[in-house]
Amino acid sequence: MIQSDRQVTPPRTVFHAHGLTKVYDMGEIQVHALRGVDLDLYSGELVVLLGPSGSGKSTLLNILGGLDSATAGTVLYHGHELTRASEKELTEFRRDHVGFVFQFYNLIPSLTARENVAAVTEIVSGAMRPEEALELVGMGARLDHFPAQLSGGEQQRVAIARAIAKRPAVLLCDEPTGALDSETGIVVLEALETANRELGTTTAVITHNAAIAQMADRVIRLANGQIGAVESNQHKLAPAELSW
Amino acid sequence: MRALNRKLLRDLWHMRGMAAAIGLVLVGGVSTFVMSLAAYDSLALTLSRYYSEQHFAEVFAQLKRAPESLADRIATLPGVDRVETRVIAPVTVDVAGFDDPVTGRLVSLPEFEKPALNVPYLKSGRLPAPRSEDEIAVSEEFALAHGFVPGDRLDVTIKGHREVLRIVGIALSPEYMYAIPPGAFFPDHKRFGIFWMGRRSLATAFEMDGAFNDVSLTLQAGASDAEVITRLDRLLERYGGLGAFARADQFSHRFMTEELRQLETMATVFPIIFLSVAAFLLNVVIGRLVATERDQIATLKAFGYSTGDIAVHYVKLVLAITAMGLAAGIVVGAFFARGLAAVYRDFYSFPYLEFRLEPGIVASAVSVTLAAALAGTLWAVRRAAALSPAEGMRPEPPPVYRATLLERLGLRGRFSEPTRMIFRHIERRPYKALLTVIGMSLACSILMITNFQEDAIEYMVEYQYGLSQREDMTVLFTEPTPRRARYSLSRLDGVEQTEVYRLVPARLSFGHRSHRMAVRGVEDGRSLQHILDADLREVPIPEAGLVLTGYLATDMLGVAPGDSVTVEVLEGSRPVFQVPVAAVTSEYLGVHAYMKRDALNELMREGPAISAAYLAVAEGRENEIYRELKDTPRVAGTVIRETAISQFREMMDETILYFAFVTALLGGFIAFGVVYNSARVALSERARELASLRVLGFTKGEIAYILLGEMGLLTLAAIPLGFVFGIGLSAFLAHAFRSDLYRVPLIIHPSTYALSAGIILLSFALTAFAIWRNLSRLDLIEVLKTRE
Repeated sequence: MIQSDRQVTPPRTVFHAHGLTKVYDMGEIQVHALRGVDLDLYSGELVVLLGPSGSGKSTLLNILGGLDSATAGTVLYHGHELTRASEKELTEFRRDHVGFVFQFYNLIPSLTARENVAAVTEIVSGAMRPEEALELVGMGARLDHFPAQLSGGEQQRVAIARAIAKRPAVLLCDEPTGALDSETGIVVLEALETANRELGTTTAVITHNAAIAQMADRVIRLANGQIGAVESNQHKLAPAELSW
Repeated sequence: MRALNRKLLRDLWHMRGMAAAIGLVLVGGVSTFVMSLAAYDSLALTLSRYYSEQHFAEVFAQLKRAPESLADRIATLPGVDRVETRVIAPVTVDVAGFDDPVTGRLVSLPEFEKPALNVPYLKSGRLPAPRSEDEIAVSEEFALAHGFVPGDRLDVTIKGHREVLRIVGIALSPEYMYAIPPGAFFPDHKRFGIFWMGRRSLATAFEMDGAFNDVSLTLQAGASDAEVITRLDRLLERYGGLGAFARADQFSHRFMTEELRQLETMATVFPIIFLSVAAFLLNVVIGRLVATERDQIATLKAFGYSTGDIAVHYVKLVLAITAMGLAAGIVVGAFFARGLAAVYRDFYSFPYLEFRLEPGIVASAVSVTLAAALAGTLWAVRRAAALSPAEGMRPEPPPVYRATLLERLGLRGRFSEPTRMIFRHIERRPYKALLTVIGMSLACSILMITNFQEDAIEYMVEYQYGLSQREDMTVLFTEPTPRRARYSLSRLDGVEQTEVYRLVPARLSFGHRSHRMAVRGVEDGRSLQHILDADLREVPIPEAGLVLTGYLATDMLGVAPGDSVTVEVLEGSRPVFQVPVAAVTSEYLGVHAYMKRDALNELMREGPAISAAYLAVAEGRENEIYRELKDTPRVAGTVIRETAISQFREMMDETILYFAFVTALLGGFIAFGVVYNSARVALSERARELASLRVLGFTKGEIAYILLGEMGLLTLAAIPLGFVFGIGLSAFLAHAFRSDLYRVPLIIHPSTYALSAGIILLSFALTAFAIWRNLSRLDLIEVLKTRE
């Protein structure tokens, strides 16, 4: 059904990456994390970037999110060239357009769930109230808990609330379930799916867990710093239907 | 940014131990700064108000005797504003129930009007009525020392006549804030007093009717005191003028100025040390905090916080810690300043204390402290702010270790694994280890200079009264006396030895530099007074030529042995002669010029005359001999040595030791602050490593050894370095405090080294205890679960 929608209104390209290369200089050795990646991400889709560890998926995500710079190649975000943006422009880009979800949640341990979200909503305009965002991920009852008082899955849901609270155009998730058991992981994926569906946020999830690929609109496989295959998912599954 | 501010408060609470330790060091720096400057400022303010309200004169001169009519001629000298003549005379006092010799100075009050210059400040009662015969006002310290109140009577001997005087008032004077009896070095309120009396009866007793022997002046605005002094000297020459001098050379004022100058030095030296240590600690602690919050910083940046936002966040944290230290330091400093100023007020008999905490002092404390704190954390904050988010997300790369120099030298097998870890950890961050060592050494040095002052004073006492001046009593004559007086003294019952000398008031000059003092003519074969060089060897007095105190020769006159100085005698026929300098001595109290007595008599074109005698007397006979001497005409005063020593100690105890106590306390703060913070940071850096070792089966004692062994090693290294710093700092202070009044010798007793090292080790022990408790709480599972 989604497929047919797209045929009616051609999808808008959010990210357009061309020839992305990243080389880490580790002193005596050089690590090629990305070797000429070409990639497009479209508005509103949920993409899973699948690959084993060391395939370059985190590096790709970091470059798309303006956290890291490419050694060569270009990234266009809505036609603006990120790869040539200044530090200040990248900060504004992240502030206004991107939400991140990390494998280890990266909550500020000294702030409560509500405050962790507030830390982000305070610096942007048009954000949801922190309570609203937490409600959306099913954490409305644990607003005043510190990260140390929350389970891993709860922490990750707070992290998702923090990422979506500012209504970002894109949500970039780096192994969001990597540190969780499958049951908790599914709850977290449901929260991501809700955000994608209800807010229309373009969502990219990187994972090495092939099962998760079944909930994506498209699956992009990475290996050795290169894109192996791009598949459109004909039969998207709901997170609850997944298992691993 | 409200959420971030909340994070800041919670971070601060989390690191409260370290923040408090840094705060303490800051309190040390700020409070010494505020204490010294506020005490200085308040005393200077009080002094200037006191001087101006009591019309403290600007030029002073003593002379033998001049007719009152000369006062009018003095008043017409260009530059002179007001003139007041006085009669000042020595007096011997009998205090019932007090056997020690008590002397005093009688100071006349004008006969017809109120005093215009050097006006006594009345504490109670009133000034003597102008024409009264027997009324006196007594200096406050003397009255307090003996419990005199207005209405009491005082038995005195004036020129050999016993008289009973009535105390009508208790007073103070800017002229005698630091009043010392002739022949003594330090104030002794029990044995020396100032007595104000009507001019007429005083003049009558001393045959000074219609005459004066002391004159004070104030100057017109813009007048040069040097010119007035030259003209005044010329005028007073034929009346036995002893050489006029400006306020800057007035003894009491000189002493006050020196004391205030020392406070100013303290206000610089101590805060520099404290604040640099605080800056270092902030650097270490904030640096560590940034390292632990790497991923938090990266996350915040990922969500759009800018580099500036992050920098501001950590700067705020630094400012919060600094602000607490500053506020507490200012309060503590103001409190100590009041205490210190009160010690000075009592010691120097200020009539009142106008305490103020100048906003300027607070402002400079704030700006200096903030500058130090921000300079110390600049690097850490920059590192935090500049961290690229992608890099921050990655775990910190494992630190690079390597075999240490000791191991590479082939000693590998000698050390156990834990010991090797200690060495490698130190060698990996050598600068940090060095700074830690320097921080602790500075604490050690502060503790040392505190005790150094006590040691030096002990040595001065030992030198002055144990080696140099070995007499039991000093007898001073009112005027040059034939040498045969020595025989009458030695015939006194109980006198075992006598040594006589001649004192001639003179101005010594070389080139454009000069100093007004007394030249001392001594005899050979002395056993009571030794004139010593730096190696404590007797300096021989040449047949013709001067021996000068080293400080007088080098620092004040700029002469070396072989040069000739001009000696301008200020009594008698006032001859002027050139005398070569033969040698220099090493003396700590006052400055002296010695020559042979007969050579001096010859230059003075007089017979064998003497001015004073030292006596060695049989034990316990001092007071008896004193009683016999005190009614003797021509004997101006007698000083008993034992009392001189005790008064010396009392004086030093009060002033220096107050400061010493405060700095010792604060030195302890530094030591603890450095050791504690370094250990806490090390614990935070290595918690995972230590927990892993625990999991592998190491005991708590073994991991404590790895952590505390390193701190212990650094502490041990800091102690000898601290000794070196301590010696350097002591030498600096000894140099800064030099004056013609005294020089502090660089003497540090072994006990001082031991005490300073002891306090450093104690800080380490306290820290070890606190860390031990932290190690007990090390959560093995939790630590290992955290991501690497």
